[in-house]
Amino acid sequence: MSSERPRQRRRRSAHATLAAHGEPWVWITAGSLALTIVMIVGLLAFIAVRGAATFWPVPLELVHLADGRRVLGEVTQREAGMAPRGEVAGRPARRLLRSGDFAATGTHSEWIDDSAIADTSRPEWATVVERMEGGRLHGFPRRLLHGAEVVAEGPAATWEAFCREHPAARRRLHEVRHIDKVERGTLQRELRAARLAVVRAGLDSGAGSPQEAAAAESAGQVVARVTAEEKKLDERTAALRERNAGWGIEFETASGAVTAVPMDAVVRGWQPNRLSVAGRLGVYASRWAEFLADDPREANSAGGVFPAIWGTVVMTLMMALLVAPFGVLAALYLREYASRGPVTTAVRVAINNLAGVPSIVYGAFGLGFFCYGLGAGIDELFFKASLVADGQPTFGTGGLLWASLTLALLTLPVVIVATEEALSAVPNSMREGSYACGAGKWQTIRRIVLPRALPGIMTGLILAMARGAGEVAPLMLVGVKKLALDLPVDGTFPFVHPEREFMHLAYLIYDVGFQSPDSQAARPMVFTITFLLVAIIALLNVAAIWVRSRLRRRYVSQQF
Amino acid sequence: MQVADSQKRDMTPEAGGTADASPTDRLQAVAAGREVDSEVHDAVLQEPPVLEVDRFNLWYGAKQALHRITMPIPLHKVTALVGPSGCGKSTLLRSVNRLNDLVQSVRITGDMRLNGDSIYDPRMDVIDLRKRMGMVFQKPNPFPMSIYENVVYSLRIDGERNRGVLDEVCEASLRGAALWDEVKDRLQDSALGLSGGQQQRLCIARAIAAEPEVLLLDEPCSALDPIATGKVEDLIQELRGRYSVLIVTHNMQQASRTSDYTAFMYLGRLIEYGPTTDIFTKPILRETESYVTGRFG
Repeated sequence: MSSERPRQRRRRSAHATLAAHGEPWVWITAGSLALTIVMIVGLLAFIAVRGAATFWPVPLELVHLADGRRVLGEVTQREAGMAPRGEVAGRPARRLLRSGDFAATGTHSEWIDDSAIADTSRPEWATVVERMEGGRLHGFPRRLLHGAEVVAEGPAATWEAFCREHPAARRRLHEVRHIDKVERGTLQRELRAARLAVVRAGLDSGAGSPQEAAAAESAGQVVARVTAEEKKLDERTAALRERNAGWGIEFETASGAVTAVPMDAVVRGWQPNRLSVAGRLGVYASRWAEFLADDPREANSAGGVFPAIWGTVVMTLMMALLVAPFGVLAALYLREYASRGPVTTAVRVAINNLAGVPSIVYGAFGLGFFCYGLGAGIDELFFKASLVADGQPTFGTGGLLWASLTLALLTLPVVIVATEEALSAVPNSMREGSYACGAGKWQTIRRIVLPRALPGIMTGLILAMARGAGEVAPLMLVGVKKLALDLPVDGTFPFVHPEREFMHLAYLIYDVGFQSPDSQAARPMVFTITFLLVAIIALLNVAAIWVRSRLRRRYVSQQF
Repeated sequence: MQVADSQKRDMTPEAGGTADASPTDRLQAVAAGREVDSEVHDAVLQEPPVLEVDRFNLWYGAKQALHRITMPIPLHKVTALVGPSGCGKSTLLRSVNRLNDLVQSVRITGDMRLNGDSIYDPRMDVIDLRKRMGMVFQKPNPFPMSIYENVVYSLRIDGERNRGVLDEVCEASLRGAALWDEVKDRLQDSALGLSGGQQQRLCIARAIAAEPEVLLLDEPCSALDPIATGKVEDLIQELRGRYSVLIVTHNMQQASRTSDYTAFMYLGRLIEYGPTTDIFTKPILRETESYVTGRFG
């Protein structure tokens, strides 16, 4: 600070420079960013909270109505009342009870006016039972039966006995299911292969030829062997079923009806009003585990979504694998080889326009071209036997490969545009350096330009994956099914089955949300599936971003 | 000081006209678009040439950037090209290894000969030609790969796989570029992690790895700090005698320190060309003197 007085000068007012300071622009830009963040975070938080809450055990309320009826259920929604005002009629406060007594009442949930309620309570032994079939059951444990013998009576004793016997019964059931699915499935496949061999021999060498006879003979041997083995399996499953048979648990519902549930048909049961926090956490974790690792049941509205998770991930990765080489090569030609001119510009505009074509159009194209065109041709050439024997197309219908290809086509513009950007960002000095060393054009591209552009290309792939993983409309046409328990990639030879139909989380959202018979039960599932899909896409993206940052460190970072 | 200022103003082509400062006659003639003769000292002509530029003209579209350049580049000597910005030094350098081919709209007449082989002969394979030369650019441009791979790049693109050969060339080139001791323990690290000066010496190592007949240096020190510049200049000194070096520079001291011969260019013409000591102490033309002593440019 100098003591000298500054010379008086005429200067412009500080206020006149508001625009120069750019203060309003800071506010506007920051404001729009904040708005965007609020919307995105808000949506994600909403999905996450609702999705995470689905499996939390909520208390059961026993409601005594004024007319003497009793309803036991979870309160899923409450509505405040509205006083009548002038012409407008009022509305009493009411609550939505998920009653879980479908067999007796015929409804899954019920609106109950608060004014009609005489009394509510939370009885200790009110039990939620998830069944294999027939939805939830809310009731009180009454008796545990083993054939005609009553093993236990009264809620506490029944439940204790149930908890003792239930795990073993479930294990036996799982074993039966494993035998049915894996071992019996293997036999069925062998049988089918033998049968197809006969048909193929007939097609190749003519009906009645010695080759066909030989194939028929070996098929006969296979049939005999398979029948013998199936008999053994039948014995094993029958023995397991035998041990489970007769075990049952009776519940008394709020309406007074008694429902008996076979022991092995109970997925799990809990008394929400009795549970400690740790107990609730246990139920919560067990339901999440089932959701992530199991097959769906009850028209996808309960159980797990594992096939859909698997289908989504496999399809997205396969799409990325297919779109990357196509997009990168196309962009390479456009940027590095094609001479600048009206044609190149037109091609570029066309590519950008492709990004705006409705995705269902891609679906229709995929169905027409890939499934009915390419796929039918492949069937005709290589899978004729199956076509003749079962009238069943192999590749001539929707499947993982066609779905991945369709989505690859859909995301191609994104990859091309991003790759072109990345290529044009490679400094010319690097290209010149390479040329000056005597490298040819392709050598320069392969050794210098492509490695340097890789991070940018990865960005394009990330965008493409995010877009592709969230698509539903085209998938409905080219291979996604409501239920497809055979995974497209599994442990049976040849491990990847690109012709198989598969499940997809995004389609599952639509299916569970809008096609489910019990919409009240399905709604929380929709949030959970959405949450899961968003999480999976985020996970895939994070993985790709991690790869990209490694590449960037290796190829781009330039320190001076 | 006053005089120098007024001269500087007159030197700029836009100023034109006022013919009061006599040392600038030739430059004004050039600025006015007339052709002038080059003053080439006899000493240059007596050296055996590695590269001969022969009546070379070059146009960027309609604009002529080089006018009838005729100059021999002596074998195993360092030749510096000096001159104000935009005088065509870099264009001339990039014409030698035909990097200008990459620029559309470039048109040339005349020829250059590398050890007697016509560079602009249609039968000349440009890739073969570039393999016979090495080039170092203004900004260090290491490739996005390891130090080792950078150095042996020109061998790699020729398909050399023999580890022994590659190792040998890598070490020899890095030693030749005075970089070996600094990087020998991290040859597999990314070249992008080196400092600017190291990167430029790496580029020189890369350029000499293929044993070029001519080494082209395009202002190799313009992006470097004084210490790194000193190292690169020492390196150029060491390359003298083994390689024929053609260096473009803006720095008069650098030209006088490192080169055997110096050519002064102005607006696409070769003005004067001779032994560096003569150019800097007793040039034939006063224009050259006023440029190299820093009175304009």
